[in-house]
Amino acid sequence: MSLGSGDLITVGGEPTPDTLVAEGLAAKKIEGRSPWRLAMARLRRDHASMISLGVIIVIVLVAIFAPVFAALTGHGVYQEFRATGLTPEGLPVGPSGTFLLGTDDQGRDILVRIAYGARISLVVGVLATFLTVVVAAVVGLAAGYFGKTVDTLLARLIDMLLAIPFLLFAIALVSVIGPGLAVVIIVIGFFGWASVARIVRGQVLSIREKEYVEAARALGAGPWRIMVVDILPNVIAPIIVYTTLLIPLTIVTEASLSFLGIGVPPPTADWGQMINESSLYYTSGAWWFLLFPSLALLITTLAFNIFGDGVRDALDPRGLDQLYV
Amino acid sequence: MARFLIRRIVLGLVVLFLVTVVVFLIFYVGPGRADVARTLAGREATPQTVALIAHRLLLDRPLIVQYGHFLSLLLHGNLGYDYYHDQSVNSILKAAFPITLSLVAGAAILWIIIGVLTGVVSAVRSRSLLDRTFTGLALLFYSMPTFVLGYLLLLIFYYEFSIHGIHAFPGSGYTPFATSPFGWFRGLVLPWITLALVSAAAYTRLTRGSMLDVMGEDYIRTARAKGLSERRVIFRHGLRAALTPVVTQFGIDVGILFGGAIITEQVFGLPGLGFTAVQAIEQQDLPVIIGVVLVVATAVVVANIVVDAFYAVLDPRVRLH
Repeated sequence: MSLGSGDLITVGGEPTPDTLVAEGLAAKKIEGRSPWRLAMARLRRDHASMISLGVIIVIVLVAIFAPVFAALTGHGVYQEFRATGLTPEGLPVGPSGTFLLGTDDQGRDILVRIAYGARISLVVGVLATFLTVVVAAVVGLAAGYFGKTVDTLLARLIDMLLAIPFLLFAIALVSVIGPGLAVVIIVIGFFGWASVARIVRGQVLSIREKEYVEAARALGAGPWRIMVVDILPNVIAPIIVYTTLLIPLTIVTEASLSFLGIGVPPPTADWGQMINESSLYYTSGAWWFLLFPSLALLITTLAFNIFGDGVRDALDPRGLDQLYV
Repeated sequence: MARFLIRRIVLGLVVLFLVTVVVFLIFYVGPGRADVARTLAGREATPQTVALIAHRLLLDRPLIVQYGHFLSLLLHGNLGYDYYHDQSVNSILKAAFPITLSLVAGAAILWIIIGVLTGVVSAVRSRSLLDRTFTGLALLFYSMPTFVLGYLLLLIFYYEFSIHGIHAFPGSGYTPFATSPFGWFRGLVLPWITLALVSAAAYTRLTRGSMLDVMGEDYIRTARAKGLSERRVIFRHGLRAALTPVVTQFGIDVGILFGGAIITEQVFGLPGLGFTAVQAIEQQDLPVIIGVVLVVATAVVVANIVVDAFYAVLDPRVRLH
């Protein structure tokens, strides 16, 4: 635990006016630090988290400026270079001055496609996670707060969703609705909330019995007010931790769906899909086609996981290990 | 204990029933039904043929009739027949199950050993170089999508080895144990490693965290004060208590994976339950989908009950009710 700078000053005997002033300032400073600011300070001191945050920012920039990669290389994301980008046998060509990371089976520039692929991963990762967490929070709050029939019903629903492997469920849903970016986001968002909802429910169950909730009820607050004003702020920390740790999971789920050929349909550039396509070509020696999209995906999930770990440690320095899934 | 089991089994059956209803609903809402009959009838088929096929497969009947038919068959232990080859779903599942079982059982043994050992070492030698290495590796594999690891292993141990004349592992496919135990083993090594490393990572982290909590408890100090050897303190007193969350996670993971390690089976061309499910979903082959989903859901439900019962064994304070 860090101490305020005031502790360092009061070493000597009689306080001089100078130290008194300094102490006053320091005391004010300590007073002004909310738990959130303390958490931020802890997070900022964690080198691994800061480095991974830097990596995440770079990935976001790559996604935003993907067209710049296309312009600089002169290779469009869908552009097929059948003459220069494929060997006479029609196989992908390796990394070179023209194609920095090589080409894929259609003679397209892998570097440019990885840059565009970052867009899909990030958009799905963030939006679907956001949806998941919102649904989970609402369900968890309702189940935990209302209890009785509502809780029994929602708890059974959660059990049921957890009894079907999510990937299998997602595949079934996507195959029925039909593939597409929005479908992937909605399927992950609306059906992946069960495990988070269970955690939120557990937290709400214990908070519901606290005196301040009773006080609010005695003052005439309605259930919605109590849930939003009194309970939600107290479960927001685990929700934030979950959100950061869910993003990489969501990115992997999206990539897995695309890998299985039922995510974002081609020719949209997508990392999972690129890895799937490359699986037919690595035996012809086209290692770059497999390796570079894999690295892009791995670096992204790794950065988010390290950052998520840092956020968890910062919000709860004692370590809330049950937050792991 | 008996009351606990009965209660949980009844609840489990309710969950299973709901699962079948949900799968039926999803299928009924989607366009799958029309497609199945049309695909089966072939390109030149008249609408009459399509209608006839749909009729024969009950696809033109209301949801409740189809579901009733499914239930009445199920009560006789029959999961029905697939739409395309008229094979019984029971036999399809029976063919796929040993493959998934081989894959998951082997991988599970590997990952629980790797995960718990590295977790214990990390916790006991907290902040040492070994701890940092293990936690770092755990984070790496935890972040690694299964198919990425699978293909990277194939790239190195199948492709690179092959071009240098070493044919250590097959690129894909499954050899039954009965045909050739060595072939069976050889074909499963890479899938086992893939699934084990990806899963072990979570166990390293879980065991480490849980072990760190437990080793700070008073009774550990008491055990040390009694003069017990450190090894005995760690394994008999510490690990036993620390294992509770690990066992929970293990039960759930194994249960879910019995429904097919979908991605691993896909990467290594192992025609297990997950592989079968993906194929069935692509063809909208409802009886097969339902069959696989039921197997998975049953495995998950059973795993949950076993895990809860196991608590009582690990921790005498837990009372089952």
